[in-house]
Amino acid sequence: MELRYTPEEIAFREELRRTFREKIPAEIRRKVSEGRHLDREDIATAHRILHAEGLATPNWPVEWGGKDWSPVQRYIYIEEVQANAVPMPLSFNVAMVGPVIANFGSEAQKQRFLPPTASLDIWWAQGFSEPGAGSDLAGLKTTAKREGDHYILNGQKTWTTLGQYADWIFVLARTNPAAEKKQKGISFILVDMKSPGVTVRPIITIDGAHEVNEVFFDEVKVPVENLIGEENKGWDYAKFLLSNERNNIARVGFSKEKLARVKERAKETPAGEGTLWDDADFRRRVAIAEIELKALEITQMRAVAAQRHRAADKPDPTSSILKIKGSEIQQMATELMVTVAGPYAVPMPSHSHNEPPVGPDWAEAAAPLFFNYRKVSIYGGSNEIQRNIIAKAFLGL
Amino acid sequence: MDFDLTEEQRLLKESVDRLMAGAYGDFEKRRGYQEEAKGYSPKLWAQYAEMGLLGLPFPEAQGGFGGGPLETMIVMEAVGRGLAVEPYLTSVVIGGGLLRLAGRDDLIGELVGGEATFALATTERQSRDDLFDVATTARRSGEGWVLDGAKSVVLYGESADHLIVSARTAGQRRDRDGISLFLVPGDARGVSRRGYPTQDGLRAAEIQLESVQLPAGALLGAEGGGLPLLEQVVDIALAALCAEAVGAMEALHELTLDYLKQRKQFGVTIGSFQAVQHRAADMLVALEQARSMTIYAAMMAENPDPAARRPAIAAAKALVNRSAELIGKEAIQLHGGIAMTMEYKAGHYFKRLSMLINQFGDTDRHLRVVAEAGGLEPAA
Repeated sequence: MELRYTPEEIAFREELRRTFREKIPAEIRRKVSEGRHLDREDIATAHRILHAEGLATPNWPVEWGGKDWSPVQRYIYIEEVQANAVPMPLSFNVAMVGPVIANFGSEAQKQRFLPPTASLDIWWAQGFSEPGAGSDLAGLKTTAKREGDHYILNGQKTWTTLGQYADWIFVLARTNPAAEKKQKGISFILVDMKSPGVTVRPIITIDGAHEVNEVFFDEVKVPVENLIGEENKGWDYAKFLLSNERNNIARVGFSKEKLARVKERAKETPAGEGTLWDDADFRRRVAIAEIELKALEITQMRAVAAQRHRAADKPDPTSSILKIKGSEIQQMATELMVTVAGPYAVPMPSHSHNEPPVGPDWAEAAAPLFFNYRKVSIYGGSNEIQRNIIAKAFLGL
Repeated sequence: MDFDLTEEQRLLKESVDRLMAGAYGDFEKRRGYQEEAKGYSPKLWAQYAEMGLLGLPFPEAQGGFGGGPLETMIVMEAVGRGLAVEPYLTSVVIGGGLLRLAGRDDLIGELVGGEATFALATTERQSRDDLFDVATTARRSGEGWVLDGAKSVVLYGESADHLIVSARTAGQRRDRDGISLFLVPGDARGVSRRGYPTQDGLRAAEIQLESVQLPAGALLGAEGGGLPLLEQVVDIALAALCAEAVGAMEALHELTLDYLKQRKQFGVTIGSFQAVQHRAADMLVALEQARSMTIYAAMMAENPDPAARRPAIAAAKALVNRSAELIGKEAIQLHGGIAMTMEYKAGHYFKRLSMLINQFGDTDRHLRVVAEAGGLEPAA
C-alpha cells in the first residue's frame, strides 16, 4: 500500500501545473478562484489553449486526440485543472458528447463532429432534463417522429447549461412511445441549434446568473444521419455518457482550492483583536471540512487505483459515495467563504465599472457561489437518487 | 499510489479472519472468555502467539516479524469485527510499541512468546486524556527509583505482568518535561490493583503505587523524556483503534443489512422502505470515509515528525469517531427493539464503538489538534 505518487507521476503533475499556470491567463484563473461567472470568451479562451496544448480531450481515444494515460494520470489531470483554478474544458464537448460519438457514432459522424468538438468550433449543449423528467429521466416526453429522411422533434428541455452559447445540442428523444419499457424507446440525436423551431429561453438562477436555459423544439426537422448509433438505443449511450463523469464527480481539486482560499482570506480578515483565523470555532469548522475532504480524496484514490482490477459493469457504490460526499464538501467550502466575507457577503455586486466593490473584491462573489452551489447535490443524479442506487445496487435492499 | 495488500498481508488477513471466525463466530464464546479470571482466554492468547500475531509489529532483529502499522491495521480490523476481548491493543500495540521505541529488546521476547502481557498506566483522576498531566512521582533511591501515586482506568491493568507507568521525575504536574516511563512488575511490593469490567466487555483496573521500589533498569527511555515516546505510541494506538472501529462498523453494518432484509412489518421487509434505505446508505458512506482515513492513519503512524503525524492521526480519529457515532446509533435505530437486548450482538458493537470514541481523546479534542495545527497537509 502506498499513498504517494511515483516520481514519474510527480513529474507529470509538475509539468501540468507549469502549463496551466503559464498558459491560462491569470485573470481567468482569478475569476475561477473567486467563483465568479465566466463569460463565453473566458470559457472559449481557456478551452482553446488547453486544446492547443493537447490537454482538452485526454479521455478520448488516442486517434481522436486523446491520451494514453493511466487512471492515476487522468486523476492527477483533473485534480490539477481544479487545484489551479483552470476552467474545465467544456464538459458537454469533451466528457459527454465527444466520447459518445467516438464510441457509438458512424465514421462519417466522427469525421464531421469530433475535430470541431475537440477545438470548441462547435459548442455543445445537453438536452436531457425536462420539466417532467428530472431524477426520472427515462420519463422524458420530447418526441422524434421519423418522416422520410428526417426526424420531427417536438418537446421541451430544461436546465440546459450554457445553452445560450451552444451551436449544437445532443438530445434524448422518444422514438418509440409504444416500447415495453420506457428506457427502450429513446434515441440519442444531434440537433443544430440554428434549425427552425428551436427556441432558447433563459432561466435566471438564485445567484442572479444566466447559466441555464429552457430549450423548446417545435416541429424541428433533423436529418436522420444525426442519429447516434441505433434508434431506440439512446438510453444505453446516455448511461455510458453519465458513467464517464465518474472520475470528476468528487471534485476534490475544487474543494481543496476553495478551502485554501478560505484559510488564506480568513488570515487577512480582521476579527476581534486579530483575524478570523484566530477564532477557534471558525478553525474547527474548517478542520471538519478539511478532514472530510482528506477522507474523500483517499476514497477517490482508492476508486482510481481499483479501476485496474474491476470489470466496468460490476456494481460499484463508490461513484455514488463520491457524489454525495463531494457535493456536501463543495457546499461546506462555499458556505465557509460566506462566513469569511461576513458583512461584505451582503451587498449586491455593482455592475457599473465606476463603482468599486463595497468590501474586499473577492467577497462579493461569495454569496452567489454559495447560492449557486446548492445545485451540486441536485444535479448529476440528486443525492437522494445516489442513496437509492447504493441501497438497491449495492446493499441489496 | 497503490491500495493492494501484499501477498504476505493477504495471507495474514486470511489467517486472522479465520482465527476470529473460529474464536468468536459463536457469540456465546465471548461471554465465556469474559468470565475467565483475566477477562479473556489465555488459551486464545496462546493461539495469537503461535500465529506470530504477538510479534507482528517488531523488527526481526528484535525477535519480531517485521510488520508495521498496516499489519497492525489488518489485525485490529479483525479484532473489531470479532469484538475480541484479548489485550492486543494494550499489550502488543502499546506495550510492545513502547518497548520497541525505547529499544528494550530484552523484554520483547516474553511478549512475543505470550509469556508476559503489558498494560499502559497513564490516566490519573485529574488528567483525562492529557498525557502530560502526571501527578505520580518517581524519585531516585540509591541506584533505583521509588514510585508513588495512583493510576486510573488502566485497561487490563489487573492481569498485566508489567505495567508501564508514567511518573514525574521533575517539574510541575502539567509540565511537558520531566515525565519518565517505568516498567513496574504487576506484583511488585506496593502495587495494589482493583480490577473491574468495562461497559464494552473488557477489563480495567485502578492502581495504587505506594513506595514502589524499582531497580535502575525499570526506567524506559530517557529520564524526563517520556512524553514524546508516549505521544508517539498513542498515535500508533490511535491508528490501531481506527482500524478496530472500521472492523466493528463493517460487521455492524452487515448485521444491520441482514436484519433489514429479514424483518417484516406491514407485510414487507423493512429494508424496502426508502426512509430506511437512505439511512443504510449513509452508514456505508460513513464506513468508507472511515476506511480511507484509517489507511491514512496507518501510513502516518510511524512518521517520526510529530508536526506532520499528530494532526494526521487526530484527523483520522476525529473522522472515524464521527462515523462510529453515526453507524452505532443508526444500527440500533434501524434494528429497533432487538438491538436493545443484551442477547443480541448489535448492542455490543454499539457499546464498543461508543467507548472507543473516547479512547485516547474524544472528537472535540482531536478536532482541536487539527484546528490548532492549521489544518491538514496535502496527501501526495
